[in-house]
Amino acid sequence: MIKGVPTRVAYGDALVEMGKKHKDIVVFEADISTSTQTCKFAKAYPERFFNMGIAEQNMMGAAAGISTTGLVPFVSTYAVFASMKACEQIRTSIAYPNLNVKIAVSHGGLTPGTDGVTHQATEDLSIMRSIPNMTVAMPADAVATKVLVEKAYQLKGPVYLRFTRCPLPIIYPKDKTDFTFGKAVTLKEGNQITLIAIGDMVYQALEAAKELEKKGISTRVVDMHTIKPLDEECLRQVARETKAVVTIEDNTILGGLGSAVCEYYAEHFQIPVKRIGLKDTFAESGEYLELLKKYGLSSEDIVRAAEKLAINNNLYYEGQNK
Amino acid sequence: MHICTFREKADYLKKKAREVRIEIIKMIYKAQAGHPGGSLSAADIVTILYFDILNIDVNRPQWEKRDRFILSKGHACPVWYVCLAKKGFFPMQELSKLRKIGGILQGHPDMRKVPGLDMTTGSLGQGLSAGVGMALGAKVQKLNFKTYVLLGDGEINEGQIWEAAMSANKFKLNNLIAILDYNNLQLDGFCNEVMPIEPIGDKWRSFGWDVKEIDGHNIKEILTVLENLKDHQDHPTFIIAHTIKGKGVSFMENLAEWHGKAPNKEQFKQAIKELEANK
Repeated sequence: MIKGVPTRVAYGDALVEMGKKHKDIVVFEADISTSTQTCKFAKAYPERFFNMGIAEQNMMGAAAGISTTGLVPFVSTYAVFASMKACEQIRTSIAYPNLNVKIAVSHGGLTPGTDGVTHQATEDLSIMRSIPNMTVAMPADAVATKVLVEKAYQLKGPVYLRFTRCPLPIIYPKDKTDFTFGKAVTLKEGNQITLIAIGDMVYQALEAAKELEKKGISTRVVDMHTIKPLDEECLRQVARETKAVVTIEDNTILGGLGSAVCEYYAEHFQIPVKRIGLKDTFAESGEYLELLKKYGLSSEDIVRAAEKLAINNNLYYEGQNK
Repeated sequence: MHICTFREKADYLKKKAREVRIEIIKMIYKAQAGHPGGSLSAADIVTILYFDILNIDVNRPQWEKRDRFILSKGHACPVWYVCLAKKGFFPMQELSKLRKIGGILQGHPDMRKVPGLDMTTGSLGQGLSAGVGMALGAKVQKLNFKTYVLLGDGEINEGQIWEAAMSANKFKLNNLIAILDYNNLQLDGFCNEVMPIEPIGDKWRSFGWDVKEIDGHNIKEILTVLENLKDHQDHPTFIIAHTIKGKGVSFMENLAEWHGKAPNKEQFKQAIKELEANK
């Protein structure tokens, strides 16, 4: 297991801090508050916490309703239930009227591990990204989480924020606060291959970059924490300054980060892209790291994909000539 | 100042409801699309809410203390649009642009386009949850407004309605009133054939609601029940309003086929004639 902090824990802590500052925050929960970590807010501000029971559709609708009275609801459950069981409620009652509802969900991607497919959200980023008005993001660690939760409060309109069940290492300095939706973070410079990752995959990308550098491939790492709005300025820079791209997401490769990046490049740049993610398949029960390996999302898989891109595009040769 | 009697008020509202019905038929005829049956069955209830019950201010559509109304059966929006226009939230001329591209009056209601319209609806089953949220918002902010939600009888087939029903009771939302437009017809036919909902009163009582039953076309009964909701106990209120689909137009009454179709020229003339004669 990776050592670190699950981003859901950082979310729970951030909510408590924000609840003190922002009296208009209310929290909705569907009977998994100890898991989503909204239990901390419930304890601190019981009068602003509503446990809606195991009824996600009503929870989304109630959040839509309360937002029209001027309050700012944060709605928490597991990503798979929010994005699919209550998908149409999110689309029609929240996103269509552009209501100020924050859907902040845990257990993104394969991070629920041994719970299995029913609790793994591996299509949610694609689904949420296709809904107009929706901002869709997944922070890479606890530091980014804390800032993006506050930014979600400040942004007027619906936001889908996805967190992890399992711990993630701290990547960012504790005092980093300049995260902005739609603005990617370049974590490491490089001029041959760029690894564009989101959420828990950012750490895997950083690990892969170390290996790739050892192999003589200059590797850039981008934390694309927001897949909508997509940071097109960052993608332009990547296309101008590096030679090939690997996208990495803990989500199906259909419709998520990889698709978003490819859609942009297809219309603007000629640059080879390899997408890493679930290849149109469901996963299974297993430890998180075992699942990443079995389904091709581990740092080793990223290294292999990047090496192949380097060979196919003569990047090794170029690197050796420098 | 002349204080009007209950009877005078009822007469005034009856007249208003007739005007509302005429406008509903006109706008659906003009658009050659829309849902006359359910609009006409809800016409008396919605008219009374807008012209007597709701504490709203046409000059401040977003006034935070206003009463809220949600037409959860959003397809009946012609009745909503007519009442809002007649109250002055937008010009009456807009009614002739129902469902027209570039207009504000969408086929199903959009709160971002129509002033005074409190919630986007049209996907059945979602309006009561929004009402629960608004009523909770009032409680949290210690505001005294009430939230009224009009439900269709077919609509309560939706599971989300019952999730909302449970939660309204849990949070003791005595500021939430749901009204069932019980015309006993849904798109495919009679409610008891498509998906039986009886015993409806027992169901809502068992979910912790205070249940009342009225004739949804009897102005005095509607007024009496809505005027006596004040300072109720800890329960949300559910009003079963027995109605007639297509009420007021003889050839539309009690026929599922008039759920979502516009009258032709001859039918239009006949409908207006009947409604105007009904004084």
